[in-house]
Amino acid sequence: MTTITKDGGASDTKSRRDFLYVAASAFGAVGAAAAIWPFINQMNPSADVLALSSTEVDLAPIAAGMIVTVVWRGKPVFISHRTAKEISEAQNAKMSDLLDPQADADRVQKPEWLVVVGVCTHLGCVPLGHQGNFDGWFCPCHGSQYDTSGRVRVGPAPANLPVPPYAFLTDTKIRIG
Amino acid sequence: MAFQTNSKLVKWIDYRLPIFTMAQHSLIEYPTPKNLSYLWNFGSLAGIVLVIQIVTGIVLAMHYTPHIDFAFASVEHIMRDVNYGWLLRYMHANGASAFFFVVYIHIFRGFYYGSYKSPREVLWFLGILILLVMMATAFMGYVLPWGQMSYWGATVITNLFSAIPVVGEHIVTWLWGGYSIGNPTLNRFFSLHYLLPFVLVGLVMLHLMALHQHGSNNPLGIDRKGPQDSIPFHPYYTVKDLFGLMVFLVVFSILMFYFPNALGEPDNYIPANPLVTPAHIVPEWYLLPFYAILRSVPDKLGGVLLMFSSIFILFLLPWLDTSPVRSGRFRPLFKQFFLIFIIDCCVLLVVGANPPEGMFKIVGRIATAYYFIHFLIILPLVGWFERPRPLPQSISEPVLGAGAAPSPAPAREKA
Repeated sequence: MTTITKDGGASDTKSRRDFLYVAASAFGAVGAAAAIWPFINQMNPSADVLALSSTEVDLAPIAAGMIVTVVWRGKPVFISHRTAKEISEAQNAKMSDLLDPQADADRVQKPEWLVVVGVCTHLGCVPLGHQGNFDGWFCPCHGSQYDTSGRVRVGPAPANLPVPPYAFLTDTKIRIG
Repeated sequence: MAFQTNSKLVKWIDYRLPIFTMAQHSLIEYPTPKNLSYLWNFGSLAGIVLVIQIVTGIVLAMHYTPHIDFAFASVEHIMRDVNYGWLLRYMHANGASAFFFVVYIHIFRGFYYGSYKSPREVLWFLGILILLVMMATAFMGYVLPWGQMSYWGATVITNLFSAIPVVGEHIVTWLWGGYSIGNPTLNRFFSLHYLLPFVLVGLVMLHLMALHQHGSNNPLGIDRKGPQDSIPFHPYYTVKDLFGLMVFLVVFSILMFYFPNALGEPDNYIPANPLVTPAHIVPEWYLLPFYAILRSVPDKLGGVLLMFSSIFILFLLPWLDTSPVRSGRFRPLFKQFFLIFIIDCCVLLVVGANPPEGMFKIVGRIATAYYFIHFLIILPLVGWFERPRPLPQSISEPVLGAGAAPSPAPAREKA
């Protein structure tokens, strides 16, 4: 639709009209995006889910050599009270033997306590504790093996069990998350 | 004019699946009377509100739990925990009100301009079916939050069917899936509340098919004489509809953001209690006139029949209105009765919102009687006795003046 005004002339009218089209479309696009956002964001974790995103664990009942499993964000977290033997195995492993090299000291805050997310880094199964050739974990799904520091030693898992963020509230209490 | 493009891809698709040709035919060049007023915005507006309801509803169903122990809490979970849950729920709840508001204006537009008359009777019937399915959907949706009004509204409405002789009680038990409103009832209402909007979409498609067969009616109510009386739908009515949509969204946003509970009942924020009925039960505003008709009859079966008749009578409207003239603009007598009819519907709405005592009881009965008198007596008689004002020769004539199309009696603008 073209309009020719008496005073303006066709080309002037056209550029004004183009400006109006662009301005109106841009304004509409911004409005549409703002309106669509709530419909997308509603699928993100809700406030009650976020409220469950930290877990406190009392370490006092966990004897040396025990592994307990706690739930954090709906996933298992292994807390291993390591014996002196397990600690030395973890600390003395040769970096060249590791698939995903990382020093044990970088994975623990206190050597006796190992805290790792208990989800195999291959395809998400939960590995079994105190099994496999490295005194750590063995994943029943596809045979990945982890050592006493939760580091992967035999594939197909590509990476070590991740260490979640946690802090010692007291000597016998930690908060994960 | 056939669909034209330079894009090879579009041509390739269109040759196999003619969606572009169809869009061109029914959304772009679709010839539309050139004199449509803003009252003709409400059809497309209703369609857009239906889409808003479906989209917000699908999203709310992702967070809602249809179980009597969790339903109320899950709605509160939506309000407090889910990201923008409050916005989505208020949009959906107020969207239902907006839907009825828009549809009621659309229907009264049809009343005034005789849009139900030949050849648009089936279009009108489909509209009534849409209204009925809307009411069922809205009612079942209102049950889902499982508050006091949900529960007792469901009890009262389902008990309407117990008025049917002999089989009534069995039908009610069948509807409930038990001996009272319970978990089976809530579950099936949720299922149907999810289904019926898509039934509505189907009915709307048929409504549009019937509409496009003969095109829109118009404020003059006369048929188009030729291409000079039409303009293409795009850009004229796409822009007009879009402008109307913007105005609607402003009003809707004010309602939704500043008065989100203005149309709701506070009692529905109390969890359902099968042992205590709220002191004063009322349906949502859009059902109040029908509720008033139900209560104005002292007989159980009579009240139910009359209430359903108040809608089913609309199916007879094309034959009850005996006037050959469509538009109320040229019907001096009808115009006045139409105004009284609108007032009567408003009176019924107010009566429905108040307890059936004293004045309200009497006024309710008079208004109910008048509702049926309007359709059964006034409309046939007015069509018979009224002397319509002269119709213009064509849609163009009142715009361009008598000079454009010579005519002996041009219509005056004011009665």
